[in-house]
Amino acid sequence: MTERVTLRVNGHARDVAAEPNTPLVYVLRNDLKLKGTRLGCGAGHCGACTVLVDGNAVQSCDTPLWSASGREITTIEGLGSAERPHPLQQAFLGEQAAQCGYCINGIIMSAAALLKRTPRPTDAQIAAALDRNLCRCGTHVRILRAIRRAAEAGS
Amino acid sequence: MNAPQLPANLKANPRLDRWVRFNADRTVTVFSGKVELGQGIGTAMAQIAAEELDVLLDRVALVAGDTASGPNEGFTAGSQSIEQGGTAMRAACAEVRTLFVEAAARRLEVSASELAVRDGMIEVPGTDFRTSYWDLAAEVSLAREATGEAAPKPAARYSIIGKNVPRRDLPAKFTGAAYVHDMELPGMVHARVLRPPTYSARLVAFDANAVRALPGVVSVVRNGNFVGVCAEREEQAVKALEAARGAARWDDQPGLPEPVEIRELLPRLPTATKTVFTKGVAGAAAAKRLEATYSRPYLAHASIGPSCAAAVFEGGKLTVWSHAQGSFPLRGQIARVLGLRDDDVTVIHRDGAGCYGHNGADDAALDAALLARACGRPVLLQWTREDELAWAPFGSAMVVKLAAGLDAEGKVVDWRHELWSHSHVRRPSAGDGVNLLAAWHLDPPFAASTPRDAPYPPGTGDRNSVPLYDFPVQEILYHFVAEMPLRVSALRSLGAYANVFAIESFMDELALATGADPVAFRLKHLADPRAKAVIEAAARAADWKPGNASDGVHGRGIAFARYKNSSAYCAIVAEVEVAEKIWLRRAVAAVDAGGVINPDGLQNQIEGGIVQAASWTLKEAVRWDASRVLTRSWEDYPILKFDETPAIEVVVLDQPGAPGLGAGECAAGPTAAAIANALHRALGVRARDLPLTPERVAAAMP
Repeated sequence: MTERVTLRVNGHARDVAAEPNTPLVYVLRNDLKLKGTRLGCGAGHCGACTVLVDGNAVQSCDTPLWSASGREITTIEGLGSAERPHPLQQAFLGEQAAQCGYCINGIIMSAAALLKRTPRPTDAQIAAALDRNLCRCGTHVRILRAIRRAAEAGS
Repeated sequence: MNAPQLPANLKANPRLDRWVRFNADRTVTVFSGKVELGQGIGTAMAQIAAEELDVLLDRVALVAGDTASGPNEGFTAGSQSIEQGGTAMRAACAEVRTLFVEAAARRLEVSASELAVRDGMIEVPGTDFRTSYWDLAAEVSLAREATGEAAPKPAARYSIIGKNVPRRDLPAKFTGAAYVHDMELPGMVHARVLRPPTYSARLVAFDANAVRALPGVVSVVRNGNFVGVCAEREEQAVKALEAARGAARWDDQPGLPEPVEIRELLPRLPTATKTVFTKGVAGAAAAKRLEATYSRPYLAHASIGPSCAAAVFEGGKLTVWSHAQGSFPLRGQIARVLGLRDDDVTVIHRDGAGCYGHNGADDAALDAALLARACGRPVLLQWTREDELAWAPFGSAMVVKLAAGLDAEGKVVDWRHELWSHSHVRRPSAGDGVNLLAAWHLDPPFAASTPRDAPYPPGTGDRNSVPLYDFPVQEILYHFVAEMPLRVSALRSLGAYANVFAIESFMDELALATGADPVAFRLKHLADPRAKAVIEAAARAADWKPGNASDGVHGRGIAFARYKNSSAYCAIVAEVEVAEKIWLRRAVAAVDAGGVINPDGLQNQIEGGIVQAASWTLKEAVRWDASRVLTRSWEDYPILKFDETPAIEVVVLDQPGAPGLGAGECAAGPTAAAIANALHRALGVRARDLPLTPERVAAAMP
């Protein structure tokens, strides 16, 4: 049954009406038009849909709407915009760290959670933070460099 | 009198207004048939246009892959976008520029040679005699055919080509909506398609009403073995799909061959043999003979974003937005399936997730078209991860058997290359049938095109089967396996991946058999100076030393190829470490791609090519059983992860002003062989069957 749920997304209260078990990714993309969160596998394996929930990187395809209620959700749009990019978005642009770019926003969200916790991560910590993100174009080297760059810029 | 030669794609689309349009807001729109697949072509094409027109890059907007307005350049494939599409764009823009300069000369009553173009202003430098493209746009008609008489700008005057212009599409992609997946059409429904459980299954019963009764379901479409659902909300479409799965009863006969090793499977299937190439006459006495057989498995495209398309069917006319590689060929096939005229179908490119060849994009476009027509509302059609892995075409498995004779001086005196492969070109538009998935499931079904492969050169399964080395006697045979137990088509580099893997592994074996250093052995057999230069550059950058002893854990190997024997040259040195699995720790590449449009874009393509090929080589294989493909999720089909990322260095041997050589696929084959050669150096094990997983390497141990 459809229920009204109030979410806190990117600092704003947003009311949505959907079945409580609806995966958060569909609500973000279709109800709230936050399309920067990508749908990948729908099974929590690829990380394209990663968002922050209370500061933790979670797969929004694997997060039912009911469980997100009352928590602070941050999407890529909440980090920054093309005009005012977040330091991570800036670093990814600076390194041209993308080919198709489809996986990148999920990776940026995983990195944002990491840098909040660990502002100067080691390479191993960065790789571990991306354990649930996949990239198929093979942009790995640039992605890792961009995250290191953002960490250096932020400290 | 010979007419000037037009580049092929301009000759096929000679009207200049199919390429360039000046807008009232003092911008320029250029049109290309080559589409953004994640390779950065949109930025490179804008650089070419801005350079030839002498306008700032910011004034150039690019429309790519739009059948309603742009040129038909076939598919964006084969590393041809810069070589062919870029050359045509350059020639079209050069001609447009010349037409406007001549018109400016008439208006200003000066000679054309006195005029210069600066950011679209056409002026006599140092004076106020000036006009512009936009001021003259009303009097210079581009509704005319290109003549090829305008000379493009010489490389020495380039100011935009050759620069690291940042990708223009990335700011939007890093911050919000950017892909076909993100489209919103008024009144749009979300759609999913139920695929059969196996290739040959037939739908014998389907309870559509059970699905229609679900909340939000707008339409349930069944036609033969094709079932689609449309719903108001996306999660409702997902639930309807699951319900449809439960409401369907399939007649399902096992139809796949026993899953044996590829080296056994392919030669067992019926083949038609052709000679690709021969040279010289065998007969010279060989001091030593070697023979070895190599194989690669079926590989999945496995893009992170499953295929997607949007479609609107209104008043008998269809518009489809697709991330396919060829909007025009797709239009023709969709029109045929829907019984429409080509002119009543418009296909518009929208970016999708990474494209490495013929994946599910075209199929999704037909799915969307069928459902838009059936349900009467705009449709956003999304494939599932499972269908993307199980139903999109695979890159064909291959077997390559090599034999060579060496003389007493350690030179190759004869060389024989036999390969077994299915077709690598099952694209929509290739051949006599319809190569779109849903078309095969309709009642009555459309027949697929007759399996065949395009001729050599550049070939498909036989791509790069002819070695670039100067062996005096060569025989190259292609055993074409027409029967395709699994659906196959184009995957990045086609047959070159396996042929180069085999040739360059075998070169290593031959070098070691003669006690030669693998770098020196290659150089000894090459005359092409550019080929030698990339091998030497890679060896130098990697600090290659002959005779590195193995410590049983670490090893390095080299491999080389010129993609298609006509595109970019690429040599790679790989360093591996063998522990619980094989780690590619470092790769050093040297590339000669001719004149480079965007050096960072080239670098990115090589890095990505290496990482993707490392993933194929170390981890990937499609698996199946008697009835179905088994690799249906990321858990079944793992790809290279971030903790497995190698360090990569790329040395670019730029040749300013030289023709561009397609580079998007050149790293694949050399990466595979360099890893296998490094593995041999580390462990003393020659692994010839991909992928090089720990189990398979253990099996290769003597």
